[in-house]
Amino acid sequence: MNVLPGSIQDWFSARGWSPHPHQIDMLERAGNPALLLIAPTGGGKTLAGFLPSLTELADGAHDGLHTLYISPLKALAADIRRNLGTPINEMGLPIRVEDRTGDTSTTRKKRQRADPPHILLTTPESLALLLSYEDAPRMFAGLQRVIVDEIHALAESKRGDQLMLALTRLQGLVPDLRRVGLSATVEDPAAIARFLAKHPDPCEVLHADPGPDPDISMLETETMPPWSGGGGKYAIAAVLDQVRKHRTTLIFHNTRAQAEIFFHNLWLANEDDLPIGIHHGSLAREQRERVEAAMVAGELRGIVCTGSLDLGIDWGDVDLVIQVGAPKNVKRLVQRIGRANHRYNAPSKALLIPANRFEVVECVAALQAAREHDLDGEPRGPGPRDVLCQHILIAACAGQFDADALYAQAKTAGAFATLTRGAFDDCLDFVATGGYALRAYDRWKRLKQRADGMWELRDPRAAARIRMNIGTIQDTDTLKVRLRGRGKPLGEVEEGFAASLTEGDTFLIGGQVVRYEGLNQMTVEVTRRADKPPKIATFMGTKFATSTQLSQRILEMFRQKDWPDLPQHTADWLRLQRDRSKLPEADRILVETFPHDGREQMVVYGFAGRNAMQTLGLLLTARMEEMGLAPMGFVSTDYAVLIWGLDRVPDPAPLFDPDALRAGFEAWLAGNAVMKRTFRASATIAGLLERNTPSTRKSGRQATFSSDILYDTLSKYDPGHLMLQITREEALRGLVDFGRIDEMLTRTGGRIDHVELDRVTPLAAPLFLEPGRVPVHGLANERLLDEEVTRLLNTSGLADIEPAKSRWRVPY
Amino acid sequence: MAGALLIALAILPRIGHERSMNTQECTIPIQGEDLRPLPSGALFWPARGILCVSDLHLGKSDRIARRGGTLLPPYETRDTLTRLEADIARTQAETVICLGDSFDDCAAADSLDDDEVIWITRLQAGRRWIWIEGNHDPGPLSLAGTHLVELHEGPLRFRHIAQADASGEISGHYHPKAEISVRGRLVRRRCFLFDADRVILPAFGTYTGGLRWTAPELQSLMGRGSQAALLGDPVRVLPVPGCSSG
Repeated sequence: MNVLPGSIQDWFSARGWSPHPHQIDMLERAGNPALLLIAPTGGGKTLAGFLPSLTELADGAHDGLHTLYISPLKALAADIRRNLGTPINEMGLPIRVEDRTGDTSTTRKKRQRADPPHILLTTPESLALLLSYEDAPRMFAGLQRVIVDEIHALAESKRGDQLMLALTRLQGLVPDLRRVGLSATVEDPAAIARFLAKHPDPCEVLHADPGPDPDISMLETETMPPWSGGGGKYAIAAVLDQVRKHRTTLIFHNTRAQAEIFFHNLWLANEDDLPIGIHHGSLAREQRERVEAAMVAGELRGIVCTGSLDLGIDWGDVDLVIQVGAPKNVKRLVQRIGRANHRYNAPSKALLIPANRFEVVECVAALQAAREHDLDGEPRGPGPRDVLCQHILIAACAGQFDADALYAQAKTAGAFATLTRGAFDDCLDFVATGGYALRAYDRWKRLKQRADGMWELRDPRAAARIRMNIGTIQDTDTLKVRLRGRGKPLGEVEEGFAASLTEGDTFLIGGQVVRYEGLNQMTVEVTRRADKPPKIATFMGTKFATSTQLSQRILEMFRQKDWPDLPQHTADWLRLQRDRSKLPEADRILVETFPHDGREQMVVYGFAGRNAMQTLGLLLTARMEEMGLAPMGFVSTDYAVLIWGLDRVPDPAPLFDPDALRAGFEAWLAGNAVMKRTFRASATIAGLLERNTPSTRKSGRQATFSSDILYDTLSKYDPGHLMLQITREEALRGLVDFGRIDEMLTRTGGRIDHVELDRVTPLAAPLFLEPGRVPVHGLANERLLDEEVTRLLNTSGLADIEPAKSRWRVPY
Repeated sequence: MAGALLIALAILPRIGHERSMNTQECTIPIQGEDLRPLPSGALFWPARGILCVSDLHLGKSDRIARRGGTLLPPYETRDTLTRLEADIARTQAETVICLGDSFDDCAAADSLDDDEVIWITRLQAGRRWIWIEGNHDPGPLSLAGTHLVELHEGPLRFRHIAQADASGEISGHYHPKAEISVRGRLVRRRCFLFDADRVILPAFGTYTGGLRWTAPELQSLMGRGSQAALLGDPVRVLPVPGCSSG
């Protein structure tokens, strides 16, 4: 306790508080080069991170930047500024705290570079941008500490990889920089510690008291959950009842579209006019800020939300968390539940609402896992090289650099510790010359090597363009939605969805039903004249895959003879699956075929994990295409892959011929939609593609062309190119997994049970709601075009061509 | 109007699953001449042995790099020339008309590899070759061939950008692209647009994008009953939505 300066000690005493033990622990270890704190939400984590900084800054002797705080959310940086400002003022400390994000004004940003505050709160992207300026060494000269908040979230993404590479450059500028990580509960703290520390420095891990176990259960409802359906509509009344009984309820959904539908239904049933808001990442900033402000002011009783409220913003007095839809991942569930009840010593209260009976099984499995503290997670593998390419570009923007030094520095990021010189040089060559077999850019290289061996931008003016493309967040092409006339922004929808709309169509956004009026200057114009039931807006989805651990538990449940742990209705539902079709067995592959939704469907239950099932989907559709079966697309889960197409598959067995599948793998790997998506993301990060700025999009689409064209051209003329290698690395990292297909084929040894049905089976029904549908563009497209020609031929005698009747348009 | 519609019906390709290698079935009638849209996006005028392609955008990767942009795979010129060569061989064209924006800019024309210049020269050998000016490549190029702002050939006028009230006009510039939603699947495809007065060619170049066929710029040019011929084998003809007769 004696380490605390008087002003801070007095502040605690005056309130009758004393610091938490872990806050003192952090203070005592403030000199460690790296330190990781694992603490639940509400555990005084942020103050624990900042106390050493406040202590060191208390005497007012430090000049310039002392502490850099990085959070994954802009809003979190602003929130911390408010929350830190209060105690600093009350303690009377001479400390200046400012935030810097994409929302900060240009003049303020400029001033911050010339005269930085003592504590700067920012995001990984803003830090990368700061490090791209020539004056970075001056700005960061006196830096002592860097605090990475919510490091568990960053460690799962390329944003974290970029941040850690940025820290290697910071450490190059200020070698004594100390690193602190703040994390929610995770399954493998040591992995986060390795991620944080300068390799090979050690990193001590401190654990705060995790507090009591959460009070978590499945919500009992009078209405039974449906067979399929993702909205949880059946539980609306029960949810309203819970909202009534609590002060503030967060109602989490797995996708933005589901949040929209649920909010709409909640609103229709909200007879007491309870103040309930909606918050997700596709809503306009103004809309989100209004909800956030209302929440902080305690004016809302309920907030329907998605992952946008996952991270630790202190929204006030939440005493119940409801999770609608099965939690796909136990760790995320536990972290979400931590949002309820910020008082440290009271259990968080949470209710799970399965959207359908399959999800009942998933929820029961998740409850078991949460009670047993069995958190899930997958190791991430070596650092992605597309991020490294961007790192090199950023270094070049800041000035000349030495390749040896940059390489040595990059290797001190834990994820890049095993990076070889050859792999680094390939990235450098790619950034400098494009790295093509055809050496076409002698004159127009991006980087050139000077006589003294240092590298620099050929044209310094390129720096501005490179800066505009900094970041690793993948943005889908979205269009803004505005109310016609009033110009009020409502949010955004995917461009593909906007393209499927015709005048008069209605859809949900921000909880309102709006009518599509037209497209104006790349903005979707809508009115409130909603006279039809809404279509569903497809937002770019955060896609959650069920974790492997969780799916193992679910599998075990399937294999039981009976289901005493499950509610009666769900046990009945599984029995029905057994009667009508089969329950999948471990050493056999079950294939169901049936017509549905105007298409022929085939479900393959393989239980090989999501990545492997996705690979199987790609391979099977490639085989079907060869065999003329006109597949249109597929979607995969951990258990099964659903394939739809124009033709029924009369005998699936030949599709599974292991030799043919193996032979097809390489060829397939080159040309499918998953690879093209991966290419687009990686090529944007690596600086081969520039992000679409609003101005380039406005100037007309014929000027821009699809990244698929680049992918195809590169595959055809330069198949060994680095960008294709990276695409493959990234796809193999999380998207495709042939090893487990091989294992599945061996395990099942050609024992394939084919069940032909006239309609959807209980177990197949939930597959129709899975996000992440992958289109197959082949024979089916040709036949559909023929179909359209025929249809138009038949109707062309009419004065006007009627649009095709479609009750529900799913993408692909 | 009814006449145009009947013609459209007569030229609709065969419906069915079997793919036809006979791509000559589809014909665009204009000013009494029969033009054939090829699956690749080239337009062939058999009566005069003229092959017309538009918006090749050769040297696009060079132009982007020169202007401080990214270093795109520098293979679009050879890919475009490969496809053009195949169409020349298939049609035995006596005249080739490049309908403007053949190069991404005039400097791009000078930046071609020696190999690529020789390739173009080889394609030009023994036939008339006309470069029409485009907005990307105004002014004469250093390459062989005839350089024109526009070409009048029989009843037809070849120019880069369509003019309102023109007739018998063959142009490019807009890179039209069809978007068709069938049974929940949105199919996008480059296409020719045509009506009784004009044809607008799709972009032939590899590094080109498309403008939606319902874009206001295109709709204001195309008359009622205008149709689209979609690239692919077979070429399929559809009415353009919003331009139907009535």
